[in-house]
Amino acid sequence: MKNKNKIKITVNGKQIQVIPNLSLKNLITKLKIPLNKIAIELNKKIIDKKRISKINLQKDDKIEIVHFIGGG
Amino acid sequence: MVERKLKIANKNFKSRLIVGTGKYKSFRECANAIKASGADIVTVAVRRVNISDKNKARLMDYINPKKITYLPNTAGCFNAEDAIRTLRLAREIGGWKLVKLEVLGDKKNLFPEMIETLRSTELLTKEGFKVMVYCNDDPLMAKRLENAGAVAIMPLAAPIGSGLGIQNRVNIKIIRSQTKLPLIIDAGIGQASDASIAMELGCDGVLINTAIAKAKNPIQMAEAMKLAVLSGRKSFLSGRINPNLFGSASTTNKGII
Repeated sequence: MKNKNKIKITVNGKQIQVIPNLSLKNLITKLKIPLNKIAIELNKKIIDKKRISKINLQKDDKIEIVHFIGGG
Repeated sequence: MVERKLKIANKNFKSRLIVGTGKYKSFRECANAIKASGADIVTVAVRRVNISDKNKARLMDYINPKKITYLPNTAGCFNAEDAIRTLRLAREIGGWKLVKLEVLGDKKNLFPEMIETLRSTELLTKEGFKVMVYCNDDPLMAKRLENAGAVAIMPLAAPIGSGLGIQNRVNIKIIRSQTKLPLIIDAGIGQASDASIAMELGCDGVLINTAIAKAKNPIQMAEAMKLAVLSGRKSFLSGRINPNLFGSASTTNKGII
């Protein structure tokens, strides 16, 4: 698919292009991130991980994917 | 006094030493230090996944959250909203409700912003979180946190990562005397004797990160801290003698030649 058909979204502060209506689940799979070790925020709302196959990404969506790191 | 297990929010823990997982050279070193420390609670932070380096090692691959209790923190948060957002995300990762609240107000000394800390404690408690609160060594604020629903009071010994040891023993003792909640010294420990002193003051536990992670030999220091906490606790439970300005001979004069 040509770039002009793609939409811009922001994942963890980084702008990327994806096909329109890509599901959140497919995005996570594409990024090879293990679902059981993360939490996802879509436009500042926490997403229930069980529902991510039903969420289709739209232009300008802002996604945050977080996990645990070392901390005190 | 008889020893009891450390109980936080109705859950028993074997160790009175909680360790942080930051600042280690590697996850492997961190995992080995945790093992040596005997801790069954570790603090962890919530941060963005690195989406460009998919093969980067993850904390959860080295420290099994089914075997060690993860205590998500709010490191780097400067207001209630950020702290709540962070802990909601932490809960979403795997259902964690026992959390460490840390709302800072000062980037240089990393002192807690107590007004925001109190507000966050109230809001998080209403949401069902069990909040262990990093706070100043201020007895009045400690009382207010308790009234707001905190499940543990965690005053600093000294600024985070400073290694200065307990700076205000009197306040720690006052906080101890006024609360039945778990009292855990969080931040400022530098060496094993600091951890022992915390326990001898009657604290229920100690939370240590930098003093272990940045020691020349972190694994050995983790063990030293474990022993110091056990030793200090035993000393506290044993009931120390009253300090006296004058000497008292250990050997009787009876039968002296």
